[in-house]
Amino acid sequence: MVETQDANALTAYNIQDKDPIVKYREIKKAFGDTEVLKGIDFDLYPGERVAIIGPSGSGKTTMARLLMTLEKPTSGTIEVDGRYLWHKEVKGQLVPADEKHLHEVRGDIGMVFQHFNLFPHMTILKNCTEAPVKALGLSKKEAEERAKEMLDKVGMLEKAKDYPASLSGGQQQRVAIARALVMRPKVMLFDEPTSALDPETVGEVLQVIKDIAKQGDMAMMLITHEMSFAHEVADRICFFDEGIIQEQGPPSQVFTQPKTERLQEFLKRFHMNGSS
Amino acid sequence: MSVWDWEFTFADVLPQLLQVIHVTIGATIGAFAFALVGGLILALGRRSQKKWISWPTYGFIEFVRTTPPLVQLYFIFFVFPDLFGVALPAIVAGILGLGIHYSTYLSEVYRAGIESVPQGQWEAATALNFSPVQKWKSIILPQAIRPVVPVMGNYLIVLFKETPLLAAISVGELLGTAQSIGSSTFRYLEPITLVGLFFLLMSYPASLMIKRLELRLDLNRK
Repeated sequence: MVETQDANALTAYNIQDKDPIVKYREIKKAFGDTEVLKGIDFDLYPGERVAIIGPSGSGKTTMARLLMTLEKPTSGTIEVDGRYLWHKEVKGQLVPADEKHLHEVRGDIGMVFQHFNLFPHMTILKNCTEAPVKALGLSKKEAEERAKEMLDKVGMLEKAKDYPASLSGGQQQRVAIARALVMRPKVMLFDEPTSALDPETVGEVLQVIKDIAKQGDMAMMLITHEMSFAHEVADRICFFDEGIIQEQGPPSQVFTQPKTERLQEFLKRFHMNGSS
Repeated sequence: MSVWDWEFTFADVLPQLLQVIHVTIGATIGAFAFALVGGLILALGRRSQKKWISWPTYGFIEFVRTTPPLVQLYFIFFVFPDLFGVALPAIVAGILGLGIHYSTYLSEVYRAGIESVPQGQWEAATALNFSPVQKWKSIILPQAIRPVVPVMGNYLIVLFKETPLLAAISVGELLGTAQSIGSSTFRYLEPITLVGLFFLLMSYPASLMIKRLELRLDLNRK
């Protein structure tokens, strides 16, 4: 199972030569009686961009939230850069991780949310410097330099002194991306970053994500309903349905020759809606 | 004899009341400061995941909230010396008693404020790897307190108006002083009226200030 998945993860960057930066093994997650993830094995390689597609309620958001430590898996393990995320090794035994351990491992992961979640009581600049100063221990000057560089990258430097409430959704999301980038994570999660946006601002956010994807060796997990965007940006497409990975492979293969009936159905719906 | 004696008012009552006004104000500020800190501690204690913290905290809050502050003041002032062998000065016992009582009210106010912070804010704070303490200090509390400042301000005014209770444990505040002027001169009209006026003159501007503060703290105003 794992081998075949790895074989699918062919990319342009010879990513296979490296060890995965993230490994999900037999991950299950249930909310009450509802099993949302039913045994996920998934590898993400350094620098790889994986788009996760699938119908609502298929478990794709949960997949990202487990890695960001916002939800705890019911069973299974996740490794980040060779370290267990939800477990600690004590005398060869895996025991549940404590907050200190989570804090250490979580530093490799960053996340951009559907609803941006900027801090409304802080200026744009402060939004981007608070965590580097408090959580990474950077000096205020260093943090501001980094923050300004990233805000410039997403085209929001001019608004550095403004408060989130005065920005459009697209602008807020660009700031949220900068804020996550300032932490320099090895893996960045995008949880439907354009789903809550007005149609006219979707483009600017997608463009920013594309620009980021082109540079640097940060691995990216993109949960999205924007099929053409996924096609363009991703090295690999992962199709989720019913709590398992139904099919995955390079975009050219997944979009043009879907193997499973589920994926064929799913893609058909998109073509009919004209969303792709 | 006219009903209202101006000379008595200005020569006797006013100077005596002015001498103790700082006691009323001091007790208010002291008790409120205590309640601001105590309320936060109780609110956090009640939210604790550890049942041995959250349950006793909940019990304490309910007990204090549902018993009269006057009983609590009597307890601290008259019973503490018997129980623990410490006799607190009346003003200290008064600040402690009102402070504890209002801590439990303010803990509910903090709780409402904390619950008003959207889940996404907690999640963003986790994603940015803030430690639990930093999360509270930088992200949650600043947002939790803003919307409840007016409610806290109202409690400050209510507390201020309840300081005459302290007369019952012999703190020489405004009402107690007015009463003793009355009992020694057999004239209650002027001292009691003046005390009422004092409270009005203090409370009303305070409530106006709270309104202004409320506007200044509103994040959507910009």
